[in-house]
Amino acid sequence: MSGKYKQVAYYPGCALEGTGHAYDRSTRALGKALGLDLVELKNWNCCGAMEVKNVDPKLQTYLSARNLSIAEDMGLTTVMAPCNGCYHNLKKAEYDLAHDAASREVTDRLSRKAGHKSYVAGKVTTIHALDWIKEAIGEDGLKARVKNSLKGLKVANYYGCMYSRPRHIFPEKDKGPGSEATAKPHFMDDLLAAAGAENVEYPLKTACCGGAHTLSDSDTSTRLVLNLLTTAEACGADVIATECPTCHTGLEMHQVRAEKVFGRKTTVKILYFTQLLGMALGLTARKVGVPENLSDPSELLRARGLG
Amino acid sequence: MAMSDAMTLDDIAARCDALLAAPNAALAAAAPERADELLALGEATLEIWLAAHGITPTVETVEGFRLLALHRQGARGEPSFNACRESCRELVYHHNLVRLDPAHADVARRLRLGAMVARHLMLFIGGKLEVAGLGEFCCAARPLRQREAPAQSTEIV
Repeated sequence: MSGKYKQVAYYPGCALEGTGHAYDRSTRALGKALGLDLVELKNWNCCGAMEVKNVDPKLQTYLSARNLSIAEDMGLTTVMAPCNGCYHNLKKAEYDLAHDAASREVTDRLSRKAGHKSYVAGKVTTIHALDWIKEAIGEDGLKARVKNSLKGLKVANYYGCMYSRPRHIFPEKDKGPGSEATAKPHFMDDLLAAAGAENVEYPLKTACCGGAHTLSDSDTSTRLVLNLLTTAEACGADVIATECPTCHTGLEMHQVRAEKVFGRKTTVKILYFTQLLGMALGLTARKVGVPENLSDPSELLRARGLG
Repeated sequence: MAMSDAMTLDDIAARCDALLAAPNAALAAAAPERADELLALGEATLEIWLAAHGITPTVETVEGFRLLALHRQGARGEPSFNACRESCRELVYHHNLVRLDPAHADVARRLRLGAMVARHLMLFIGGKLEVAGLGEFCCAARPLRQREAPAQSTEIV
């Protein structure tokens, strides 16, 4: 263990208190099993998700700035956000505050009005749950702790869009060996491989799932997700591993809808990478929230001796 | 490529389905041609988007591929096209994979995966033609209604 990120501020965000609760449960359980400290941000607020930027983009920047300010006040220099949407918005706020005077002005003004210190770019680093495990434990550290290898489990890793787009808000990526790649992310692949999984070559790991339009144009979303699912199956995957509650929920919901609306049944299972890693470390399926998933993977997990 | 001249999104979907349903032997027997077809399907998809926006599709290439030039053309002023950048590059990758070793034992599977990527590109562009905001606030990190309401107030709080 490198010691880096041994203790981080934890920003679960709203989705992990709702539809993505299994992700919250498995992230906390995984951290505990690995001896990592998650200190939840006190009185955190919603990052604005997808909606607030439509009302006012600079207000959205302020919302994330407030969360970063809380971390700073708590004496923590790193915020870990498992949700791609939260992670993206924190990174976007960091970028805007560093590069846009108008964003700084609005954040300063709203912070004064709200009665707290205004966040200044560069004080806190935002990381994703993948960075957290990769840096704090690493592949070798994981290998040494595996009790139930994921050996034989074929996994397609789906990163979604907001983990790596737009590229300019992720300056630490694409920095060569050891860094994450925006065109072809690999951190989840690396971690699951360390736990014994067999990653399949999945050509749609950052492709659009239509998630933003899941209600306004459900058929487009269902068709896009169906193609993600059938491609994963064609690649030989038993499981699609996810690292975002929005992606995860979208895949699960549209898997059901594809069968109901288009009569297209797919059987690939959808699990959070934290659930897979947790089970590899010997945690039960219940402990990592598998019963909360919509798609029931219990038969597959039993067959593989997991959970 | 000539085959893209009169293709519709439905034609492209039908060709993807046909490639996916083709027997291994048929795909392997014409692997280089099918690899070129993958690129042509991607180009046809982007041409439809450009034509729908009154833009003449470029005949230039980027990194040796017209598909990537068309993507760059479509992405100009339209950062939500980030959402299909990797799909275009994956298509080029699968094309190259087949072209470099058309006799490879796995060539039929490689072509099918390429067809699935081509289909995803077609679905994305088809969806974006229906709802222009697809990919806008996630991949481009932009508000959906930025153009309609450029001067936003922050006084609501």
